[in-house]
Amino acid sequence: MAIRRAGDAAAIPDRVVRQQLDTERVVRYALLVLFALFLWVFLAWPMAQMFWRSLLDNSGRFVGLANYVRYFSTPAIGVSIVNSLTVSLIAMVLTVGLAFVYAYALTRTRMPGRGAFRLVAMLPIFAPSLVSAIAFVYAFGNNGLFTRQTGINVGIYGAKGIVLAEVFYCFPHAMLILMAAFAAADARLYDAAAALGAPRRTVFLTVTLPGVKYGLMSACFVVFTLVLTDFGVPKVVGGKFSVMATEIYNQVIGQQNFTMGATVSVVLLVPALLACVVDRLVQRRQYALVSSSARPLTPGGTGLARGLLFAYCALIAACILAIYFVIFASSVVTRWPYNLTPTLKHYRFDSLGGYTALLNSVWVAALTAVVGTVITFAGAYLVEKCRTAANGVLYLFALLPVAVPGMVLGLAYIFAFNAPGSVLNRVYGTLAILVISNLIHYFTVPFLTATTTLKQMDAEFESVSASMGVAFYRTFWRVTVPIALPSIVGVSMYFFLNAMVTLSAVVFLVAPGTELAAVAVLLLDDAGETAQATGMSVLIIGIGLLARLTYWALLRGVTRRTQAWTTATREPGRGA
Amino acid sequence: MGQAIPEVTAQTAGGRPPAVALEGVAKKFGAMVALRDISFTVAEGEFVCFLGPSGCGKTTLLRIVAGLERQNVGVVRMRGRDVSALPPSRRNYGIVFQSYALFPNLTVARNVAYGLEARRAARAQIEARVDELLELVDLRSHKLHYPAQLSGGQQQRVALARALAPSPSLLLLDEPLSALDARVRLALRQEMKALQRRLGITTVMVTHDQEEALTMADRIVVMNHGVVEQIGTPAEIYREPASLFVARFVGHMNLLEAVADDRSGWARAGSLTLRYRAPVTARPGSSLTLGIRPEAVRVGPVVHADAENRLTARVTSVQFQGASTRLGLAVVGAPVVTLECDLAATALAELDVKEGAEAPVSLPPEALRVLGAPDA
Repeated sequence: MAIRRAGDAAAIPDRVVRQQLDTERVVRYALLVLFALFLWVFLAWPMAQMFWRSLLDNSGRFVGLANYVRYFSTPAIGVSIVNSLTVSLIAMVLTVGLAFVYAYALTRTRMPGRGAFRLVAMLPIFAPSLVSAIAFVYAFGNNGLFTRQTGINVGIYGAKGIVLAEVFYCFPHAMLILMAAFAAADARLYDAAAALGAPRRTVFLTVTLPGVKYGLMSACFVVFTLVLTDFGVPKVVGGKFSVMATEIYNQVIGQQNFTMGATVSVVLLVPALLACVVDRLVQRRQYALVSSSARPLTPGGTGLARGLLFAYCALIAACILAIYFVIFASSVVTRWPYNLTPTLKHYRFDSLGGYTALLNSVWVAALTAVVGTVITFAGAYLVEKCRTAANGVLYLFALLPVAVPGMVLGLAYIFAFNAPGSVLNRVYGTLAILVISNLIHYFTVPFLTATTTLKQMDAEFESVSASMGVAFYRTFWRVTVPIALPSIVGVSMYFFLNAMVTLSAVVFLVAPGTELAAVAVLLLDDAGETAQATGMSVLIIGIGLLARLTYWALLRGVTRRTQAWTTATREPGRGA
Repeated sequence: MGQAIPEVTAQTAGGRPPAVALEGVAKKFGAMVALRDISFTVAEGEFVCFLGPSGCGKTTLLRIVAGLERQNVGVVRMRGRDVSALPPSRRNYGIVFQSYALFPNLTVARNVAYGLEARRAARAQIEARVDELLELVDLRSHKLHYPAQLSGGQQQRVALARALAPSPSLLLLDEPLSALDARVRLALRQEMKALQRRLGITTVMVTHDQEEALTMADRIVVMNHGVVEQIGTPAEIYREPASLFVARFVGHMNLLEAVADDRSGWARAGSLTLRYRAPVTARPGSSLTLGIRPEAVRVGPVVHADAENRLTARVTSVQFQGASTRLGLAVVGAPVVTLECDLAATALAELDVKEGAEAPVSLPPEALRVLGAPDA
């Protein structure tokens, strides 16, 4: 039978009967081409330029792998690889370890103050990474509070400081992943373990730990990548301790050695890409772990364990609050900690010429949010709903940005858009290139969110519409967008918050007139205007929190107004 | 319920081309052949079911008719017009999916109006049409509900109303009842059939449920492994299955492996010699599969001494099924031959059988058929 069928397959031609092109189909293909063009011009092409540049010398001659040979054989530069990997691994172990217990306490016990603990732990997300580094310098630096009071200099500049500051910066990311993993527990497994008389330690080792192992691995990869690709923290507290991200900066800005910058970038891309691919594979398994018939676990926990966990969470939360208190306090007193007279003079930002940078940041973040949401959703829709041979490639390219460190992307943009004769030269030095770099830098997560949201919808909406002669864009607007609105609002918030705090991608791309707040923090700190740097940080955090608040309000409004259909009451809804 | 829908008039006029005609349609996915050389026609106003097990290609065929899937070869005609190259939006059909695909953010009324609004009809006209259709499916009072607030059966009816609203000339149903529970399914079966009769709209339905196909369809297209096994009315399909597959898939069938006898029209199964229904002729010695429906097997006093194909069987099981009772029978003297037989409640009372009892049995020759072509 099978043989006969295989023979028949050869007898049937491979081509399918063509359908006429109607406007709808033309629009669809045209949009898909636009989306492909976007990914090509702003992602594939710049990255290709950078690869190419790493094979040239500074006068533009092809030198093969000579730059790589030089990189690995020059101890002063090559050490940055070992340094980067070392601090990334140590910070990863510490962060995930600390966040593991914290997340466990928040999800698996009913201790008081869980909401507040969660909120406090989220704070670092609203600030550029270097803010925690500045706070550590304030406390433990050569002239720090702690150093002055005790006379002990812990030697914050170097690996120690980087690890400490990164742990704070990455903590919320690890915590959110682990909380999701802990929350997805199946109570039936615990009931079974209890029925079999398993002691608590055994239950933890055989049920709890295996249940969150993929979340644990995912948290490890995310933190590892964050630390590896972060630029702000090592720039502030790294001192002479060179890591790859700062090495790129030094080569490009310090020595104007663009080819070596490109070489280090390509090398940095390897571990980042690797961690990202493994994380994708791990995440795919996580979904399969919890069956749809799972019963959610009701958190319990006895008095003593709960007390200990509470004390632990309180300690961590206090540390985080202390950091942000230092940041805030130092910005509103004359000279922390010697002259505590309240003042707002640091908020004048004299050395920057006022508020341009902050306004630029808000404007860029808002544009990134709007344009990014439109492109990711439309792109995900086109890739998901029109089947063409190119879709697999497009999907792959949409996943790529998450593996590209910001420094690398920024440098690639210099090569692509600051080249004489390039058509796109015009965007260089404008706010547009900052928006575009943010779009690409943070493209993957919103794209995947949009794809997941679209996959959850009935696959036949478009078929039904087509049968009634309704164009796909009409259905997209009237059905797909309203259903996806909560996810759309979430995605735009993700773009906004990240665009507010990002440093690595834009540090190469800002120009006179297009300064950004996060870059201003770095420059002010560099210039010794630390109080103004923390002042700017406070404003960035404030705007982030405000945006977050707006998001919650919006989401509630959106849910009430457009998601009325999700409430399965028998009350008739309002007529449209 | 409402008045007739003016746009769709029941007409099965002779001389007009068939509502749907498939000519040599084939489809493959990579090396997997989904459909192989499918040709048949659906007459105007007819209700046709594609019946077959999952993976037989019936849904793919429906999607090809709808233009949602494109065939590798073959022509799809609607009312004589070749629509193979037309996109779905220009084929003029309504479709109901197994999932209904109702727009969850729109009310029932807006769902039904969806296809009309795109046509820029006048607002009052749209509202009138929506009311008319909701009346038709008996959901007028649910006009302002959202789909999530309706039961499965109600959602299914909304989907039907939405498909019918733009007055299509063809209605396509893709397993429309499979997602419902048994009781609702039975009620909706009748309702849909009555509605189809009243509107006279040509309908093609895909189902894997043979009972659904037998009760609803005017004609059934039985499919297996991408080919059409048989096309016929429900009665034809049930009584005259054209192949072993159809016999097994539609209803229940006792199968007997036999060898053709020297006498034409006779076969031997173990120690039994049976006469089967003419006019099949088989070369003596060739092997045959004989089939007989459980309800055609006669048991007990009704079997006269001079009945043909008479034998004695032991009752091996008694399975109460409500209106009828199924007996498991082992033929005495030929234990390899087992039969199942359905007895009506009244016949059972007369017979008074118990497990282990022996009873006379006959297999009426007119009900004993040769299934599948005997190997020549």
